[in-house]
Amino acid sequence: MEVAFGHPVSLKPIQTKYCPGCGHGVIHRLVAEVVDELGVQAKSIIMNPVGCSIWADLYFDFDSVQPAHGRTPAAATGVKRCLPDHLVVCYQGDGDLAAIGTAEIIHAANRGEKFTAIFVNNAIYGMTGGQMAPTTLVGQKATTAPYGRDPGVAGMGYPIRVCELLATLGGTRYLARGSVHNAVNVRKTKQYIKKAFEAQMRGLGFGMVEILSPCPTNWQMGPIEAEEWLERNMVPYYPLGEIKNTLEAAAGEAPAGAR
Amino acid sequence: MAEEKRLMKGNEAIAESAIRAGCRAYFGYPITPQNELTAYMAKYMLEKGRVFIQAESEVSAINMVYGAAATGARSMTSSSSPGISLKQEGISYACGADVPCVVVNVARSGPGLGGISPGQGDYFQSTRGGGHGDYYHIVLAPKSVQESADLTYEAFELADRWRMPVMILADGLIGQMMEGVVLPPPIDPDSLPPKPWAAGNRSGGREPNHVTSINLVPAELEAKNRERYARYDEIKKAVNRYEEVRTEDADLVFVAYGTSSRVALGALEMARAEGLKAGLFRPISLWPFPYARLAELAAKGKRFLAVEMSMGQMVEDVRLAVAEALSKGGEKARLSRVDFYGRCGGMIPSEAEVLAEAKRLLAAAPASVPANAAPKE
Repeated sequence: MEVAFGHPVSLKPIQTKYCPGCGHGVIHRLVAEVVDELGVQAKSIIMNPVGCSIWADLYFDFDSVQPAHGRTPAAATGVKRCLPDHLVVCYQGDGDLAAIGTAEIIHAANRGEKFTAIFVNNAIYGMTGGQMAPTTLVGQKATTAPYGRDPGVAGMGYPIRVCELLATLGGTRYLARGSVHNAVNVRKTKQYIKKAFEAQMRGLGFGMVEILSPCPTNWQMGPIEAEEWLERNMVPYYPLGEIKNTLEAAAGEAPAGAR
Repeated sequence: MAEEKRLMKGNEAIAESAIRAGCRAYFGYPITPQNELTAYMAKYMLEKGRVFIQAESEVSAINMVYGAAATGARSMTSSSSPGISLKQEGISYACGADVPCVVVNVARSGPGLGGISPGQGDYFQSTRGGGHGDYYHIVLAPKSVQESADLTYEAFELADRWRMPVMILADGLIGQMMEGVVLPPPIDPDSLPPKPWAAGNRSGGREPNHVTSINLVPAELEAKNRERYARYDEIKKAVNRYEEVRTEDADLVFVAYGTSSRVALGALEMARAEGLKAGLFRPISLWPFPYARLAELAAKGKRFLAVEMSMGQMVEDVRLAVAEALSKGGEKARLSRVDFYGRCGGMIPSEAEVLAEAKRLLAAAPASVPANAAPKE
């Protein structure tokens, strides 16, 4: 009898350390499923960041490189340039990518580095215990924004829409925003990841999939309540879908062998 | 056929030597006085189809090196003092993850933005593990364009052998000056042995390779650090470089590295011409520092004058060597003493002023007077 659906080969069959209702486990699975479908496990390298998902190397059955906080896209640049036929996945949270590593992601994207960033946006610092993130919504509470994020009097700035920010850069070819708060969006997100990974393997330039992801522990909610909160509050501010897709044009340029 | 001698800047000789050592990936950021190095790499790495990126910052450049080196490729970055400070985070991670790479510091004067003239004020940062955590890495200090080429070439070998960053600590004078140099033979990067620990090209169902410095279990992290320190002990035996000039009969031994050692050598020759018995001890490996040989000289009762382009940093290692000699007893060690002469801010001491300081010291305290108790400031 043929097995139609099973545990991804690229994901180790162990229980994760992530909290109940956390999006990382689902996102890990989506990445692993796509890697399996593309048949590139032996040539996949995960760049695991600083944050909750620093544990990624425990779960993915890939080689991994662990850089300093926020430096992930710079290190991924070094990896991918030396191993251009590999699938290099830069797995980053919002603090890593949109705060301490802003320079690194903007310039890697602008150079058109041919790796994929999986940007997990849960609007909070998870591992350090619920501090305000660059993507924390206005009014949302955090340990360092105890009265809610206040761009006015307290000068806390505004939540950054990273896809839209990167879309202006010539090097970016594929930018999509998905979410894992319900089954429909989990399926859509997988399609975005697949498009981005396929584009990477064809050498078509920088791609990023931003994924809205619940953090019930630091949002101080139950898992179901967190999914509802994400849909009600995050989705309106962070529109879902393909924000930029110039893959066809990129494929047409086909600068094979050009530097 | 032997390579012919070429006239090159130190910065260019370092770059060309790195390419010949099989450097596959270079990442840099503009900073004076090392810009010729980055420009040379841009031209010739790209010409050879190797990786060259002008990074958005020093921080990114060292992390690109970390990524490239994590795949097993020979990789390098270069900078000057303020930029090297920015790279310290990445160097700590490379040390913690045992990732080999080469970092070149064409040092200038500090602190802060300081000046662009040569300086030796980065000695502590270079030799004491300039970032966070318990670590060291090999530091080699060239005195000439020839030695810049030779040590850079060797740095890649040492980095791979000991799985750690190796730093070339030059300065703006060595980087900028032109001298004749015979370059080492080119190595084809593809001919280098594979690194079984590196990320990528997983085959034969091997377990995944993880290049990482994290370990949240204190007992495991301690064991890992102890293992690394056991390796440091091996390095101390294997890498122990220095040059000695006429120390045997010397009443006063200059101790200096890099540019200041050239000045000290000039002062030595002037002293000898006047009948004064001066010698020179030049550390080439700054970490590991050649304590043992210096301690042997101290045990003979030698007097030392450390000459540096700083307010006095290497001199502390000279004192440690003398302390080692004293701790082993022996009457003559008590005759040893350490003095210091330094210029800073980008000032280079002249041979005449170093000679004058040597004469002043010898006149003030003749060689037979034990005077090692308190280091003079």
